[in-house]
Amino acid sequence: MGGYNWGWYVVSPWTEKGQGNIAFLLSGLGWTVLLALCAIALSVVAGLLIALLGLGRHRAAVAANRIYVEAFRAVPMLVMVLWVFYGLPVVIGLKLDVFAAGVLALALCDSAFEAEIFRAGIQSIDRGQHEAADTLGLGFLDKMRFIVLPQAIRRVLPPLGNQFVYMLKTSSLVSVIGLAELTRRANELVVTEYRPLEIYTFLVLEYLALILVVSWAVRLLERKMAASERRAG
Amino acid sequence: MGERAGAATPIIRLEKVEKWFGDFQALRGVDLEVKVGERLVVCGPSGSGKSTLIRCVCRLERHQRGRIVIDGHELDDSAATLNAVRSEVGMVFQTFNLFPHLTVLENITLAPIRVRRMPPAEARSLAMDLLERVRIPEQAHKYPGQLSGGQQQRVAIARSLAMRPKIMLFDEPTSALDPEMIKEVLDVMENLGREGMTMICVTHEMGFARRVADTMVFMDRGEIVEKAPPQEFFAQPKSERSRQFLDRILHH
Repeated sequence: MGGYNWGWYVVSPWTEKGQGNIAFLLSGLGWTVLLALCAIALSVVAGLLIALLGLGRHRAAVAANRIYVEAFRAVPMLVMVLWVFYGLPVVIGLKLDVFAAGVLALALCDSAFEAEIFRAGIQSIDRGQHEAADTLGLGFLDKMRFIVLPQAIRRVLPPLGNQFVYMLKTSSLVSVIGLAELTRRANELVVTEYRPLEIYTFLVLEYLALILVVSWAVRLLERKMAASERRAG
Repeated sequence: MGERAGAATPIIRLEKVEKWFGDFQALRGVDLEVKVGERLVVCGPSGSGKSTLIRCVCRLERHQRGRIVIDGHELDDSAATLNAVRSEVGMVFQTFNLFPHLTVLENITLAPIRVRRMPPAEARSLAMDLLERVRIPEQAHKYPGQLSGGQQQRVAIARSLAMRPKIMLFDEPTSALDPEMIKEVLDVMENLGREGMTMICVTHEMGFARRVADTMVFMDRGEIVEKAPPQEFFAQPKSERSRQFLDRILHH
């Protein structure tokens, strides 16, 4: 094909050398998964809080929501990673290790998107639900916690799943500050083996497998919730 | 308010209430007094301001001019008056607005537990008593989507009553129901009135109005055009507009 001599031996499961390389590449899996999980957890919580700020009556809170969303949505993820890792120590004297810096950077960028997803979900709940809760005397936080959010979360599950997939992929950017996750491992191996095409193809398959697992889990969760929705009418 | 003046103190008083939605004036200088235990039925063509009137009373809408006083609390923007009003006034909606992800029992117990700080066991037994009263105790563990419209509306009434309000407001409670379910809801409301609940019902059910109302109010274009006891109102409406309205809805 195109005169290129493929050298799949670098990742061959049948040779000792290939097995060693595969083990090396897979050793990044733990960091990638942990990074994405921590970042998405932080970003979902932050995004929800930011969304709630924007839905209350306080003008300052609504303004804070808009500024946060517009500012962090506009920062490219790679720039954020570099800025948190190299910039924070200089500006506020906060020196984070590569993992913490990676989690923080991914979460900051992603939370702006999560906030908008939650806002859309919350605003899609019928006004009558709010009115019933209001006339019963439920406060804003109780109304959100018991009435609006349980219904909204079912509706935003597909876009939340999407964000998680996106997070798994963008976690590769944290390789630039040296976290030994999947992409970093691949880069390191390319330098020693000089077989970029084969190694990056293997990397793509690693992400594909991860993301298929996530998609499957999200589908399962959606089906479960759809079942309880049907039961609930 | 000539008839029965001085018989009881008003629990609801509206003075020159005005309400606009943008350029549209929904309420034009509405004066109204409702006494403790009085059953008021409000009727009128659509867009006449009936719903807006009771939505202002429970503060789902804010009036822009005039005064609304509920049991001594004048409605304003303060949280204290809002809480006072919300705990004294129950509201039943045309579209029920039950919480679809909660069981019937949870729909009823949520507010007593969270707002009144009632122990959950006590709230559940209160909810079961109320479900007995609206005659559907066997539906307690179902979800709203599994009930008929009439059953849902009775759950909504029970949910409001669980807060032990002094006043109940009904916003066209039977308008979204199939005809065969209207009676079961009206029966529950009728019993409530007989037990002495202060009620304002916006409804087109004139049979119900004749049986239950102490006072009929006819609204048109944001004004109270006529206020009279039902015998008088149905036999000899004073204004031309109420006569035309009654003609239309009684002889169709």
